[in-house]
Amino acid sequence: MVSHRWKHPLVLALCMALAAPGAALAQSKPLRVGMTLSDIPTTSGQPNGGFEGYRMTGYTLYDALINWKLDDAKVSPTLMPGLATEWKVDEKDQTKWVFKLRKGVKFHDGSEFNADAVVWNFDKLFTKEAPQFDANQRAQVAGRILSIKGWRKVDDYTVELTTKTPDSTFPYQVSYVLYSSPAQWEKLGRDWKRFAAQPSGTGPFKLEKLVPRERAELVRNPAYWDPKRMAKSERLVLLPIPEATTRASALLSGQVDFIEAPPPDFVPRLKSSKMQITANVYPHFWPYFMSFREGSPWRDIRVRKAVNLAIDRAGVIKIIGGYAEPAKGIVDPGHIWFGKPSFDIKYDPNAAKKLLAEAGYGPGKPLALKVMVAPSGSGQMLPKPMNEFIQQNLKAVGINLELITVDWETVRNCRRAGAGSPVCQGAHGINNSSGTVDPFSAFSRVYHTGSIPPNGFNFMHYSDPKADELMDRAGRTFDDAKRDALLAELHAYLVDQAVDVWVVHDVGPRAMSSKVKGFVQVKHWFQDLAPVYVEN
Amino acid sequence: MFQYILSRLLYTFPIAIGVSLIVFALVHLAPGDPLSAVMGEVDQTMIAEMRASFGYDKPLPLQYMTWLGSVASGELGYSLRSGQAVLEILLSAAANTIALGVLASLLGFSVGIAAGMFAGYRNGTWLDKVVSASAIAGVSMPHYWLAIVLVIVFSVEWGLLPAVGAGSASSMFSWESFQHMILPTIALSAIPCAIVARTTRACVMEILSMEFVEALRARGLSESRITLHVTRNALPTVLAVMGLQFANLLGGSILVETVFAWPGTGSVLNQAIFDRDIPVLQGTILLLAMFFVVTNLVIDILQTWADPRVSRH
Repeated sequence: MVSHRWKHPLVLALCMALAAPGAALAQSKPLRVGMTLSDIPTTSGQPNGGFEGYRMTGYTLYDALINWKLDDAKVSPTLMPGLATEWKVDEKDQTKWVFKLRKGVKFHDGSEFNADAVVWNFDKLFTKEAPQFDANQRAQVAGRILSIKGWRKVDDYTVELTTKTPDSTFPYQVSYVLYSSPAQWEKLGRDWKRFAAQPSGTGPFKLEKLVPRERAELVRNPAYWDPKRMAKSERLVLLPIPEATTRASALLSGQVDFIEAPPPDFVPRLKSSKMQITANVYPHFWPYFMSFREGSPWRDIRVRKAVNLAIDRAGVIKIIGGYAEPAKGIVDPGHIWFGKPSFDIKYDPNAAKKLLAEAGYGPGKPLALKVMVAPSGSGQMLPKPMNEFIQQNLKAVGINLELITVDWETVRNCRRAGAGSPVCQGAHGINNSSGTVDPFSAFSRVYHTGSIPPNGFNFMHYSDPKADELMDRAGRTFDDAKRDALLAELHAYLVDQAVDVWVVHDVGPRAMSSKVKGFVQVKHWFQDLAPVYVEN
Repeated sequence: MFQYILSRLLYTFPIAIGVSLIVFALVHLAPGDPLSAVMGEVDQTMIAEMRASFGYDKPLPLQYMTWLGSVASGELGYSLRSGQAVLEILLSAAANTIALGVLASLLGFSVGIAAGMFAGYRNGTWLDKVVSASAIAGVSMPHYWLAIVLVIVFSVEWGLLPAVGAGSASSMFSWESFQHMILPTIALSAIPCAIVARTTRACVMEILSMEFVEALRARGLSESRITLHVTRNALPTVLAVMGLQFANLLGGSILVETVFAWPGTGSVLNQAIFDRDIPVLQGTILLLAMFFVVTNLVIDILQTWADPRVSRH
């Protein structure tokens, strides 16, 4: 009798449905995430809180025309169609880009996403006279889409964006612009503050409840346009828990299911409680950016190479519980832009001593360097013990490294003002981790002569015609493969020039309960929370 | 009495102006550009535009006068980071901090007074020694350390109470919210409890050694009546100490609120410092300073009521 019951078509259908990949849609337990931020990132469109803001309230509530493909832990994520199905640059005028928009996409309020919505959103960010102009949202994204010059509707599902100069990296910049619903903004009395409490985007989650500084509750958007990225968790709860030990305690006590950046010394305890720990290298590096200005010892390539060879990266990584990868350049050796540098960055104190001697330094004339550091900061990992360890490494080869400890914002201000400015207090360099998500943030904004402050973030005043030329050519190369080859050539050149002191790449550890399923930690700052759920 | 209260109220105004001036100067003397900190990596032109729109390009005395004017009209500006009204941020944070402060005061003061009274009466006994040793431990123990220990024991190991946050209940008077308050309340009450216990013990011992107590006993008054006299005499000193401790608790604790991810004024202040969020920073410090001013005023009045000899004329 029992076997007959199992063969009943309805029972079979139910079993098949449960076994199907979409079965997780039935998951009803909320996914509670402990963020490192102290507040809920802004929800009206462009999130604040840096890339963590994008992970939490950016790509969950909203989409970009071009999204990131965040489903494979093995490869570096690439761009993929989002609200635009295709895009191409005009062959004759390479400052013009045409984007074909996805049809049938609805905002959370039910209004339609179309070319008018795209134009309205660009006006929101860049047209001061527009009623929807929002300076706060502009501040969050303007620095990420520096090439944008104009935007216009071609037809209901086609828009044309123009750049100031031909720029093949423009699609990366477009991936940072998220689209808020014009209809919802009108409905809420044209008030961005009310919109933040009842936002409407096109993303896989909708905001249900927002208590500033306490929690945000997002629920699945059942009408999401991409069935492959349909949220598997019915409810996503975001909780700001800035203190690392507190985050770990919240996970251990079962108050949250998933935390970002567990403290390294807590990891063994988390593992012993059967928590999952995930990590993967991502576009991040932890360097010293040093001054190339007149009179700086850094202008001597032998000094630059010596410092890079004097650092025991394995020792540094041990300090942070093993959660880092040794840096051999700006990007990690598995990255498509790594290239084939001839200078191998490794720990070789004897070679370092030899190079220093060649450069005229020795026991009688030790090299003295000053680096500005902060005790904490975004992406800085555990800066104090790491910097002190490096100080010992350098001392061992005859370099006196003075650490000027200031607060994080002073380091940031020094970086913006550039080497030699008064805010840098006579430091030769700064310890400021950097992101390398796209070609512009990885190279041009840091190493191009045109980015020397106040025009950009070339703190070092590094100016090299060959590097500039490679960056300019890459920017004008619209064939992705050719551009990547040029960037690899550029990267190899910068490594051979030992431009920075490259120490480690973060691997962004995360910890989660054993019941959390579906999380794929990709090699990126952005991670997709849509496929993640808590098993019942 | 009325005249006394009025004069104390009038004193509050110059104190508030002085506090506001110090707050403004301190915030603006701190290194770092608030706008570039908040705006991230945008070009200098945009930062300059934003600086002008917030009025930070004007001379500091003018900025101070503008700020003072808006404070007088109950307007504290908007957060540079989130765009939220500072008053709105502070009201919700202050409600959370006050809730903890009141609970911690109730717990700390009642335990502290009771323990202090017992120790004072039983001077030299084992009970006195236990209370004195506990009070020394309570004062010396960093409350953030106690907070971490409480979390590890009661949340992580035993799973009895929540470790972080204020919970998701819509009302602060719900059981869920109360559960979230238990551990931070205990952590916050340790120091005030110890200080009040030590003060009460010292006062009680001093008063018990006075001649009037002997006289009361000689007149045949019951011990409970004598205790009332002792309490009344000890009250002004203990009240002054409790007042300061209460104001401290209302100010919120950056460390304890951070350990428990408690959304109070301490957390707001901590984040505003890191973000260089000047309007929030100015508003929070001013609010906390005013907590002290008002609490001191209330304590002065209570002291005058408890002991008319305490006159501040």
